[in-house]
Amino acid sequence: MITVESLTRTYAGVTAVDDVSFTARPGRVTGFLGPNGAGKSTTLRVVVGLTAPTSGSATIDGVRFADLPNPGREVGVLLDASAQHAGRTGRETLAIAAATMGLPGSRVAEMLELVSLTPAEARRRVRHYSLGMRQRLGIAAALLGDPRVLILDEPANGLDPAGIRWMRDLLTDFAGRGGTVLLSSHLLHEIEVIADDLVVIGGGRIVASGTKEELLAAAGTLARSAAPRELAHALELAGLPSTLAGDGSVRTDADPSQVGAVALAAGIALTELRSAEGAGLEDMFLSLTAATQREGVAA
Amino acid sequence: MSATTVTPTTTTAPGAVPGRRPARPVATRRLVVIELRKMFDTRSGFWLLVGIGVLAVLATGAVIVLAPDDAVTYDSFATAIGLPMSVILPMIAILSVTSEWSQRSGLTTFTLVPHRSRVIGAKALATLVVGLVSMALAFAVGAVGNLAGSALAGVDTVWDVSLAAAPQIVLGNLVGMAIGFTLGVVLRASAAAIVGYFVVSLVMPGVLELLGLVREWFLDLQPWIDWNYTQVQLFEGATDTAEEWAMLASTTALWIGLPLVIGLVTLRRSEVK
Repeated sequence: MITVESLTRTYAGVTAVDDVSFTARPGRVTGFLGPNGAGKSTTLRVVVGLTAPTSGSATIDGVRFADLPNPGREVGVLLDASAQHAGRTGRETLAIAAATMGLPGSRVAEMLELVSLTPAEARRRVRHYSLGMRQRLGIAAALLGDPRVLILDEPANGLDPAGIRWMRDLLTDFAGRGGTVLLSSHLLHEIEVIADDLVVIGGGRIVASGTKEELLAAAGTLARSAAPRELAHALELAGLPSTLAGDGSVRTDADPSQVGAVALAAGIALTELRSAEGAGLEDMFLSLTAATQREGVAA
Repeated sequence: MSATTVTPTTTTAPGAVPGRRPARPVATRRLVVIELRKMFDTRSGFWLLVGIGVLAVLATGAVIVLAPDDAVTYDSFATAIGLPMSVILPMIAILSVTSEWSQRSGLTTFTLVPHRSRVIGAKALATLVVGLVSMALAFAVGAVGNLAGSALAGVDTVWDVSLAAAPQIVLGNLVGMAIGFTLGVVLRASAAAIVGYFVVSLVMPGVLELLGLVREWFLDLQPWIDWNYTQVQLFEGATDTAEEWAMLASTTALWIGLPLVIGLVTLRRSEVK
């Protein structure tokens, strides 16, 4: 279990992470979402002890990462697949990590096979690797020590569709056997498919966290009508704030039964009325982080 | 990506074992061995190592072919082999530290061992080992060259490096490596540290000599603050009196001790990007 408590990190007066608290539980995949510069990477760096927190704490099963006697055996970390010595071969990169953790050399070949890097590819220097191959190498390094916690920053980046499917199965399987997975990604579809729990960060602060079902259910109602403006107006009069989307749909936080009642009272025929959870993670993400989005988009 | 097959993960995937396992801490000796390996398992490390070997043999050959008969002595061989080595060894020391930042491998290194002082300490010990082993090799190659050279030239084999001078030559090389290591710790960037090394080892002596020409009082001060001066004394086996050792201690404190302390403090806090 990963526990982050009241974590704050400031850089020369700029607060990158502000009073962040969340947990990633065993047996579940926790998706960590946020716009660029929201503080995702800083948070993950503090968790793995690369950056010291200004205040607050981050622990793995109650122990600070830096206090783990042999961290590689307990926590698999992949923060940046490109952060490898370009002049070293893929195999040697893993061999060094295995030696550091005190693992037998045979483990390296096992991991190379697991991530589908061929022996010929493993003999090449990392300089010549594609991003997808570096990503596979990084995942191999993270899994090398047979950890019970995985912390991955954008692991699907650069993977081909088959690779993304493979990664998804791997992480689901890992969590299914009691492992803890904390995963950050911009690929919302990936997160939506794989994550059990979600933590959304914006402007250095947690803007939402909970199970995926809870968060997506909270996204409200979507209604369509031949007269969307009148519907929105009727909802407004009934005290239900709503937004009129460009495609003619009306969204509101109220639940569908309320919207149906308002439409009936106003004499507006609805062509569609449903819970907006189908609208998915992207809308939720954009509305939750609207205040901190660079583009200023609002859902 | 040529590997497009999707490996089923159910059988070969590592098990996520809940609960704590007894984990043994990473031993310091293991760290030193790993840092030694990391110095030479990269393309640059490999060629630096090859460079040392090739240059040692070339230098030996050059003395045999070019030196006049009366100069075919052990000192000539030791000097000829030692010169390229005194340039390459500090490069190895520099890269062992800076590659973690310039090549970004530190992201992995410092998460596997989240104690930077331990990693840097292991690098320092590995640097020391490399220095001692390569000096031993240099003396050995020089000895073979001296035997072969004197036999070929038909002169008596002259062993003119005293037992007292040899440790000083080794120490002189270790000083050079320590300067490189220090620059690596302070600058944490390969290019900057290598340029920095050539500035303090090639440019600075000329500047200080010039300073001594125009300001006479500086001549008395120079041995106390110019690390090149004290290093040359070591290479010549001429550091004998207590004052000369004090001068060496002074330049070492100024160029290695002080910057190393400052560098280590900033290194421990620095971001590994």
